[in-house]
This record gives sequence, structure tokens and C-alpha cells, in this order.
Amino acid sequence: MTPPKSPSNPPHEPPPIEVRDVTLSYGQRIIQDKLTFTVKKGATFIIMGGSGCGKSTLLRHLIGLHKPAAGTILRDGHDLWNCDMKTQHKIRQASGTMFQSGGLWSSMNLAENVAFPLQEYTNLNPREIKELCQVKLALVGLAGFENFYPAELSGGMQKRAGIARAMALDPKILFLDEPSAGLDPISARRLDELIIELRESLHTTIVVVTHELQSIFTIATDAIFLDSATHTMTAQGHPRQILQDTTDQNLIDFLTRGTGKTDRQQAI
Amino acid sequence: MGKAKRHARFSVTIDATRPGETILMPEGDWLKQMQIPRIGDLALPRDTKALVLDGTHIRNWDTMLLAFITRLEQYAESNTITFEVVNVPLGLKRLLDLTKSTSNKLQPPEREPESFLTALGNKTLQVFKSFASVNRFVGELVLTLLKFHVGLARTRWSDIWRQIALAGHMALPLISMIGFLIGLILAFIGSIPLKMFGAEIFVASLVGIGILRLMGPVMVGVVMAGRTGAAYAAELGSMNANDEIEAYRAMGLSPMETLVLPRFLALCFVLPPLCIYADLLGLAGGMAVGIFYSGLNRTEFLRQLSATTSLNDLFVGIFSGFVFGVLIAICGCYQGIRCKKNSTAVGQAATSAVVASLICMVIATTIITILCVILKI
Ligand SMILES: Nc1ncnc2c1ncn2[C@@H]1O[C@H](COP(=O)(O)OP(=O)(O)O)[C@@H](O)[C@H]1O
Ligand SMILES: [Mg+2]
Repeated sequence: MTPPKSPSNPPHEPPPIEVRDVTLSYGQRIIQDKLTFTVKKGATFIIMGGSGCGKSTLLRHLIGLHKPAAGTILRDGHDLWNCDMKTQHKIRQASGTMFQSGGLWSSMNLAENVAFPLQEYTNLNPREIKELCQVKLALVGLAGFENFYPAELSGGMQKRAGIARAMALDPKILFLDEPSAGLDPISARRLDELIIELRESLHTTIVVVTHELQSIFTIATDAIFLDSATHTMTAQGHPRQILQDTTDQNLIDFLTRGTGKTDRQQAI
Repeated sequence: MGKAKRHARFSVTIDATRPGETILMPEGDWLKQMQIPRIGDLALPRDTKALVLDGTHIRNWDTMLLAFITRLEQYAESNTITFEVVNVPLGLKRLLDLTKSTSNKLQPPEREPESFLTALGNKTLQVFKSFASVNRFVGELVLTLLKFHVGLARTRWSDIWRQIALAGHMALPLISMIGFLIGLILAFIGSIPLKMFGAEIFVASLVGIGILRLMGPVMVGVVMAGRTGAAYAAELGSMNANDEIEAYRAMGLSPMETLVLPRFLALCFVLPPLCIYADLLGLAGGMAVGIFYSGLNRTEFLRQLSATTSLNDLFVGIFSGFVFGVLIAICGCYQGIRCKKNSTAVGQAATSAVVASLICMVIATTIITILCVILKI
């Protein structure tokens, strides 16, 4: 696998996500502050950072589930919290999300889970929907599991199914919260390959939350690092570039598993 | 369905130099929002032996085209036609390979569809099995109680107190209201026929015996089944879904001791006092009607009440309440613990807990009433 190159956003087209001076908080407690970055079209954008630094929280804000305490988040040039219902609806439909705990509907089997958004948002006939579900499940390696319920699957399989459901409508943006956490190395690598494949064949913009170094260096075209001590982002760019340029000890420890700057090359 | 969809375009050509070969060329856009042809619409020649999908003229596509190609593939396979995909966009090719890639694929376990007879047999066995599992649950509970009695169970008093607080004093407002109103209603209904005989004074006896023996405990039982029994089932059920119960087991702690026993003891403990409380409010409701509607005075009412009701009535009521507590706790906890791991099952567990509690309570009341008649209590 050759590492993907960072794409350049097409000119005269607003980037899929633009974050300007955003503060995330739960009530009075500030989780992250002064976040400013852009996700370019076709990028695989990684949000990295230690546990509890606010990665999932940021993702929820990008998706538009929470309103930022300050600052603006633009999706395709529109502020989700300050635009008409129709635009809001359109933008939400154009994205797919896999939640950290899967978020599969436990009372439906996998085929029904994937079919649900198709039934709601397209006017395909039942047979076409069934075929599309089969294809989506086959893409994530779950062909033949149509009739299984989420509770009957392992954690890794649930994650894959979550991705299949997120991809149901061929979204322009895919949000994945820790897709490879808790997977065995081989499954994790296949998931990385799948993500690269989706990006390159369907030109999907993918925002991934992860703290798996292997994934970070394999799939990223762009990344930010959220620091839990200073409550802000301390780096932005391609992970390799970040590792070469930075002098921030927290970040070096994170990217080298705490072995320090001298081992940088080895870590990569 | 709404507006008519644009048709996805395609052309079918037959290569004269190669008999039996048909070339299918999708053209332009092949997207989800378009009408994708069915196999029949393609009008493939009957003698097709080889089908080639040529993607030279495809412009925009999404996974709908992928689904279409997969359909063609299946069709070709079932009709022993060879199938080949050429000149498709690179991305599409890669996705096609991915759907077929074996390195990525997980093998689903075999599942045989069951015949009607098997299904019937399984259902029947299920009924027996559920009897057995209730028995096992109750047996385990009794053993755990014995363990608790000799101080061996790992049940925390703090848990028991918390459950008592949740089930007990937090139910007081609801029980106060319902208790008072039921007393009121009973007295009103009773006073209608009694008035005809000029025997209003017996309203006191009616309310006394009715509330103490039956209505007090039944009312508390219904409230607790709906309020606490359902909560137990839902709470334990969702704990089960999150592997929280397994987490206890894995540490060598029995969920019977850590989860079920505190709830069971709490309900057994709070039901009798709640019954007494409901009795008092019910009597107050009855007395209010006696005084303000039937025109009795308070001493008269109380004298009649104490003359015609005995402490036995109160004791039978309290005993019933205690039995209801046992039943509600068992139904709630059993449904919760054996709940399947999905959100629908949690809802069903809560429903079953309430329904089972009510049925058990009615049966228990019947048995207690008959026993009281036989034993002349
Ligand atoms: N719903 C919530 N209410 C209050 N605090 C929360 C909530 N969700 C998460 N937090 C806090 O926000 C911080 C970031 O959480 P999260 O975004 O889930 O971290 P992670 O980077 O591991 O995904 C954590 O300290 C967590 O305690
Ligand atoms: Mg998280």
C-alpha cells in the first residue's frame, strides 16, 4: 500500500468542512478551544489524540449533532446552525456516520439496518434496496450476514456493519469514530484498506477519529492533534510532516508511543 | 413513489464474428435516483453464451451500478453464461474486486431454515424450558437468601438501602393519592345500596374490611408492579445488554447476590409498611365520604369501624402485601436477567414483568382468600 497523498480542494468550491475558532464544551467545562482547520474534498482527515481529549465530541460537532459553544463550523460553506431547514437536511443526508459503539439498531438485522436510510431517502424498489444492501455488506466483507442481528456479531463485525450503514446512501462525507479500535491487527489493516479504497474509488471525504498509530500513518492525508492538557489542537498536517516538524513533547510521545524523538524514523 | 425517474441508458450489440457473445454497454449516468433496467428489459438474445459488460461510455456512477453488475453476475451464473467486465472506471473495478475479495470476507455460520414441525417442537420445548428456568431462578434465589441469612452472600447493605429508598419513600406520593381516592370511591359506591336500607353506618365496615383486606395491598401491588417491577426488568435488561451482568460473573460475583437480592429484599421490606400507609389513607378517604356525604359523625364512624373490623383483616392485608412484594421482585428480576441483548427485548422484558406480576398477584389473592375462608380467619 502506498501512502495516499493529500488532495487539493477544487478551486471555487467551498471545502466540505471548515472550522473557525471553535470552542467545544459540556456546560461550563471546556473540552477543546480555538480549533481552526479545514477538511479538503477527497481527504482522509484524521482527528487524533489521547483518550478523553474530545475527539468524539469534536466529531459530533462536525456532524452537526451539537452546537459549538463558540465559533462556526461550515459544511459545504453553510453554517448548519444558521441556515434554512432544507439546506440543513440536504447536508445531513450527504453524510454517513459510524459511531464509536456502532450505533446499529439492535432490533433490526444487518440488511434492515442498511436498508433503512435507503427506504427513507430514495425511491428505489424493495428488490433494488435488497441488492444494494447486499453489495454494501459485501464491500465491508459481511456478505451472507444479512439476517444477523447486531447482538450476534463480534465487535469488529459490528464496526464493519456500521460502516456499511454509513455508506448506504453513497455519502460525500463519511464520519468514522474509532473504526479500528479493538480489532485484531489483520482486521484493522483490512479496515484501513477499505477506507483507502472507498476514498479512491468513490472519492468520499472521510473524517476518522483514531488513536491507532498504524492507521494514522497508513490512511491519513491530513490530520490534527488534540491535546488534552492544553485543551486545544497543537498540530495540523500530514502525520509524517507533523512528526518531523514538531517540538511538542506530548505529540512526539503520542506519535512514537513514548519512545521519544530519536526513534522517530523507526516509529514510522 | 413520486415523480417518474429518468431511465438509465444502455445498448446491446451482438458481435457477428463471435457467435453467442453479447456486449452490453451502459451509457451516461447510472445513479440511484434513476430507473435501472431489470434483466428482462435488457432483451438479451436467447442464444447468449458470453456476456460482456463494456463500461467505456459510463459517465457518472454510484453503488447502484455495482448492484446492477452483481445482479448480472448472478444471472449469468444461474444461466451458465460467462460474464466479463471490461473498460469500467478504475474506482468501479476496485470496488467490484473488493466485493469479491476473499481476504476481506468473513464466513457466516451455517443456518438451516427450520420446518414447521421443528418450529412447533421448539416452541413447545420453549414453554417447558421457561418453566424450568423460572424454577431454577427461584431456587437460586432461595439459596442466595440462605447464604445471606448466614452472612455469606456478597450483598451490600448500601445497595439494599438504596433500593429501599427507590422503591419505598419515592412511591409515597403516588400511593397517597391513589389510596385516598380508592377509599373515597369504595365508600361512595357502597353508600348507594346501603342508603336504600338506611344502613349508611355500615359504610365504615365496608371501607374497613374492603381496604384492609383487599384494596390496600392490591392497590400498592399494582402501583409497585408498574413502577418498580418494570424498572427492575428494564434496568437489569439493559445491564445485561451492556455485558454489565457478565462483568459481575467474570469477577466471580453472582448477579443473584449483587443485583437480585438487594431488590428482592427491598421490595419484601417496603411492601408491608406501604400497605399500612395505603390502608390509613384509604380509611381517611372512606371516612371523608362517611362524614361529608352520608352525614355520619366521626365517633360513630370510628366506633362502627373498630366494632366490625378486626386486627386479622389488617394482618391478612399486610401478609398479602408481603407476598405481592415477593412476586413482583421475582417477576421483575427474572425478566431482566434473562432478557436478550437488544433494545426491543428490554422493552418486552418490562412489559412481561408487569403482566406476569399482575397475573401472579391475582392468583395469589385468590389462594389467600380461599385459605382465609377455609381457616375462618
Ligand atoms: N455527554 C457528556 N457530558 C459531559 N461530559 C462529557 C460527555 N461526553 C464526554 N464528556 C467528557 O468530554 C471529554 C471528551 O470526551 P470524548 O470526546 O468522548 O473523548 P475521546 O477523545 O476519547 O473520544 C471527556 O473528558 C468526557 O468526560
Ligand atoms: Mg471517543
